[in-house]
Amino acid sequence: MLTFFTLLNREIRAYFLSPVAWIVLFFFLLLTGFNFYAGVAALNRGPSEVTVVEAFFNTVFFWFGFILVLPLITMRLFAEEYKMGTIEPLMTAPVRDSQVVLAKYLAAVFFFVVLWLPSLLYFAVFQQVTKVEAASAAGPYIGAYVMLLLIGMFYLAIGCLASAMTRNQIVAAVMSFSVITLLFFTGLLSFFVLSVTPALRELTAYFSALEHMSEASRGFFDSRPVVFYLSLTFFTLFLTFHVFQSRRWRS
Amino acid sequence: MIKVEGLTKKYAGITAVQDLNFEVQKGEIVGFLGPNGAGKSTTMRILSCFLPATSGRASVAGFDVASQSREVRSRVGYMPENVALYPEMRVQEYLEYRAALKGVRGRRNRQRVNAVKELCNLRDVEQKLIGALSKGYRQRVGLADALLHDPDLLILDEPTIGLDPNQIRQVRQLIKDLGKRHTILLSTHILTEVEMTCTRVLIINKGRIAASDTPEALAGRVRTAGGIRAEIRADAADLQAALSSLPGVRKVEVTPLEDGWQGCLLRTDAGHDPRAAIAGLTAGRRWPLRELGQEQVSLERVFAEITQAGEI
Repeated sequence: MLTFFTLLNREIRAYFLSPVAWIVLFFFLLLTGFNFYAGVAALNRGPSEVTVVEAFFNTVFFWFGFILVLPLITMRLFAEEYKMGTIEPLMTAPVRDSQVVLAKYLAAVFFFVVLWLPSLLYFAVFQQVTKVEAASAAGPYIGAYVMLLLIGMFYLAIGCLASAMTRNQIVAAVMSFSVITLLFFTGLLSFFVLSVTPALRELTAYFSALEHMSEASRGFFDSRPVVFYLSLTFFTLFLTFHVFQSRRWRS
Repeated sequence: MIKVEGLTKKYAGITAVQDLNFEVQKGEIVGFLGPNGAGKSTTMRILSCFLPATSGRASVAGFDVASQSREVRSRVGYMPENVALYPEMRVQEYLEYRAALKGVRGRRNRQRVNAVKELCNLRDVEQKLIGALSKGYRQRVGLADALLHDPDLLILDEPTIGLDPNQIRQVRQLIKDLGKRHTILLSTHILTEVEMTCTRVLIINKGRIAASDTPEALAGRVRTAGGIRAEIRADAADLQAALSSLPGVRKVEVTPLEDGWQGCLLRTDAGHDPRAAIAGLTAGRRWPLRELGQEQVSLERVFAEITQAGEI
């Protein structure tokens, strides 16, 4: 357990010791800031039933930033260690493979959380300035941020898996970006294809991050996406662990 | 300390190590010698649990490298051939992290980090970013890392590569000192290094052990093939006959030089040194003698002969 925290500590520090993290953080905040502005501007155009929280989490800018930043967070996790050779000292220390995988993954989740935390400030500032509530109750906040974390956890696990498969960070980023995008648009399949059977529509609805977020940011709780994202996260991490272990036999 | 039985490693069709057998006893400093691509690094990587063997067994301190890998890893200090470090960390920070990773925590962490910094002369750079260090310092950080948990066995893959002559001397001295308390397996293709630091040499060639002996004994084995050089003024035929009759002399070559001097080259059997006898002979017959010496045979020669012609 202590070894795990040593690893986790080092992985988290690795993010913040590199300039890349700060650059990503900067531009990401720029993007979410603009997204917030766009959401409020849209609401200003006329009466609407949508809350500010809902507007923020359901724009194109939101999804664009959300999906784009994930591969950037995870691409370095394993690929960088393979490339630089630091995997050798790491794996000749008395550590378990599972500890390494989990530490890397949780560090990515931590960075993801740090990326999104400042957005809470937008709502606080909004309320301060306008004296209008961004959402009528705590539900939409909790729903939106929990869903953000759930979807993020699954997509980060995909990125983790991609990074474990290659020594090239760009390849890892492209792989995870493609898979995440495909999954995301699977949920939108019924919008593209007209002849969708109800069964297929129901199936693709499971993948629809868009719908999950739309519901959660309105304060609705649905246990299906929770189970869906958590189980797929575990499964993907399990795959990552095996891919990571298999590198020994491949070399 | 190390026991290797029938170790074989194949990479995608290429056999890097084939049926390797050797043992290293506690307290030995063993030099692992071989040309590039002979399988040194592969063997060391297997022993440090970085790579699995294709077949065969290897154990360190009684623990199997495959099934008890973490037990082995906590007893081995491994310094890879290319010391890879996290460039964004500071030396002090890196060493503290590595020590913690190896289970050295709390007060002992500080003690060990200080101790290895002292040993490897890293005091001056402890606050520097690793990315800004010279190659020599990085090597030393790698060595310090290997020493952090005070391991029973040190596996050093070409520890002096890329160092300047002064640093090489320091590192060799350090290895010698470490050998008093640790068992060391080090690889190199610099032969003087082995002569200076090791108590035993394993020569590996094409994935097999080609020779195993003390550096002196190995050099001795070839010194016989080396021989004695002398320049004497005498009649060529007399000289040939006289020198050939000396005990231990296998072959004499006499080549005429200027002014009646003859250049002689003697091949001797192992363990025979006829230099004193030659001096006595020339004095007795009143032949002028102007040069007498042993051909310097370095391990270089041993190495060349063993790796090119197989077992001598």
